[in-house]
Amino acid sequence: MRTNVSDAMRGALGNLLTRRTSYPVAESDIRKWALAVYWPQRPPRAFLDASRAPEDFNPFAWAVATTESTGRLAADANAADRTELLAGVPGPGLQFQLNGGLETEYGAPIRPGDVITSENRLDSYSEREGKLGLMLFTVTEDTWTNQDDVVVKRSRMTLIRY
Amino acid sequence: MTQQTSTAVTVGEELPPFVRETGLENWNRYAAVNDEFVPIHMDDEAGKAAGYPSALGMGNLQWSYLHNVVRDWLGDRGRIVQISCQFRNPNLKGQVVSARGVVEQVTEEAGVVTAQLRVWTETQDGAKLAPGTATVVLD
Repeated sequence: MRTNVSDAMRGALGNLLTRRTSYPVAESDIRKWALAVYWPQRPPRAFLDASRAPEDFNPFAWAVATTESTGRLAADANAADRTELLAGVPGPGLQFQLNGGLETEYGAPIRPGDVITSENRLDSYSEREGKLGLMLFTVTEDTWTNQDDVVVKRSRMTLIRY
Repeated sequence: MTQQTSTAVTVGEELPPFVRETGLENWNRYAAVNDEFVPIHMDDEAGKAAGYPSALGMGNLQWSYLHNVVRDWLGDRGRIVQISCQFRNPNLKGQVVSARGVVEQVTEEAGVVTAQLRVWTETQDGAKLAPGTATVVLD
């Protein structure tokens, strides 16, 4: 049966892709994020006051305090084989990729001064035939915790490659 | 125990839509906070080279709009505990995108009221861009 999932890729399931630690979240980070995602209307007062961040806020944009990986930190964040490079195995070498979807459960809100740790792991591979050929579905699971080791969120992202 | 209504939320209730005309003015601002300066989101020629009629918006911004519609409706009555979506279609330049939602189930368990919602973003023509689900817990 035709497949793009190698034995090495199967063996990498569960591998750490990245562990990142954010810089302390600044009030202005929260404010600017909220202004951007609500633009051109004003965001809710709580975000202008920066009492907490919107659930969809990303504290890892632009720069992170520390990063580690099982494999090689890819220079090109948009490389189609980035997942496998991070997992420490050769990738499938497919040309195109799409963000298939996201599923997130939320815990404690992010507040100014928080330092967030993200631990992203390779969870599963599956394949199915589509209009564009054999499609590879890769699920990664990302868990964020704050400086008190309280879970902020757990996300599962599906990457579609063909 | 499952119930049809709670004091705060009713099954079948439609959320007030969160509506934005989308294009570089939205996308550039989002790129600036999320460091998402990808050519297909900034440049029509890059979008065309990828097979689309123009540059296209970030899936992550659709994700934020889904949070906004739920959050704006919920207000101080509770908190978002789960959201999911699939990215089905691209958000093209000039589209008017509406994030919408409807309450599908309200349950109460040990005094905790939880509402399950169907959420999605759609274009002015009704084409679904990012359908999904949300769960909120009411205080």
